[in-house]
Amino acid sequence: MAKETGWTRDDMAKRAAQELKDGFYVNLGIGIPTLVANHIPDGVDVTLQSENGMLGMGPFPYADEVDPDLINAGKQTITELRRSSYFNSADSFAMIRGGHIDISILGAMEISEGGDIANWMIPGKMVKGMGGAMDLVAGVKRCVAVMDHTNRAGASKFLPKCTLPLTGRNCIDMVITDLGVFSRGEGETRFRVTELAPGVAMDEVKAKTEADLVWG
Amino acid sequence: MSSKVYKSAAAAMDGLCFDGMTVMAGGFGLCGIPENLIAALRDSGAQNITAISNNAGVDGFGLGLLLETRQIKKMVSSYVGENKEFERQFLAGELELEFNPQGTLAERIRAGGAGIPGFYTKTGVGTVIADGKPTMFFDGEEFIMETGLKADVALVKAWRGDTQGNLQFNKTARNFNPMMATAGKVTVVEVDELVELGELDANYVHTPGIFVQRIVQAKCEKRIEKVTTRERS
Repeated sequence: MAKETGWTRDDMAKRAAQELKDGFYVNLGIGIPTLVANHIPDGVDVTLQSENGMLGMGPFPYADEVDPDLINAGKQTITELRRSSYFNSADSFAMIRGGHIDISILGAMEISEGGDIANWMIPGKMVKGMGGAMDLVAGVKRCVAVMDHTNRAGASKFLPKCTLPLTGRNCIDMVITDLGVFSRGEGETRFRVTELAPGVAMDEVKAKTEADLVWG
Repeated sequence: MSSKVYKSAAAAMDGLCFDGMTVMAGGFGLCGIPENLIAALRDSGAQNITAISNNAGVDGFGLGLLLETRQIKKMVSSYVGENKEFERQFLAGELELEFNPQGTLAERIRAGGAGIPGFYTKTGVGTVIADGKPTMFFDGEEFIMETGLKADVALVKAWRGDTQGNLQFNKTARNFNPMMATAGKVTVVEVDELVELGELDANYVHTPGIFVQRIVQAKCEKRIEKVTTRERS
């Protein structure tokens, strides 16, 4: 589904996939981040971690291969690869909390200009739980958030401060939205606009962003 | 010679269940849950249970069974999004809920089983999870203290086990089961396959039998939450 300006969900996933480097151990969240696996660049070999206890996550099974003892963190049936290994939940989160995973790509409901992320709870509505999200943003070396730039009402999701309960504080390194890419390097406190999606003008981004960014 | 082997899930749970007990149940989603032991716990009639489990099952299966019968007073979990009866009871104020980040939950159970009363982690710093918890700075970075968890009874699902309780787990059905086996005052295990001593390669035992007090072979339904497949091209 092509958009006239800006990126589709699949475009955002494709752009996020450009952040994967050869040899990386990678954790992908649910939603748009899951689509990243379809766009891993040629010549880049990565190992996908599933936090329920597997490294080297393979594709979905054929109907006659489905195994109830082999699922991913989204509870979907999957398969193993020649490189795969299985482990318990404590070892799995030792990988995540111990800083052994190179990159986490995850969805977000809000991001703050200081790199806080909120993606697990909307007070007053049903609360499903954070699962492994708080561990991932606290422990993984580099965290990339993927989200629509504005909510359905058109309000900015990139804010001075998150209004929703936080998943983690000062932990996001890059934000990819339908309008562009926003990143900050090691030790930088503010995000700068590093890319605009096709057909998107800086003025549009400025108009749709409440967060204080380094513009241009 | 005393035996760890029981003939049925009901027999394996006999004498262990009481009102107000704390139970751990292994599994991630419906994968690797001790489904027969959970049913036996329901049948025991024990009330006001505190259940420590990553998830809360689904309606009518896994820990969902104990929610239907209102035997659970409190859940300690990381994600409970797949259960409508849970949602209804929680929103009606009939059920207590303590969310733990998944890695914190795993580590709390590991610590509890290893005799470690508390530890520090970065996970949850600056979030509601940190509310009321002691913090400490290490090398200029803030960490929060989390405590170890134990249970009166740990319910574990393994793939193969021998009569001494040495266990092997299968694929991602391992998840929380090995840590929970260490953290129960009494650990009860259901296995797909009970084997004689010597049949498991000692080099590939995941959980040593010292952590296991009771073991039973039981047939599992192994329901799948989200069957996801691809087409042969």
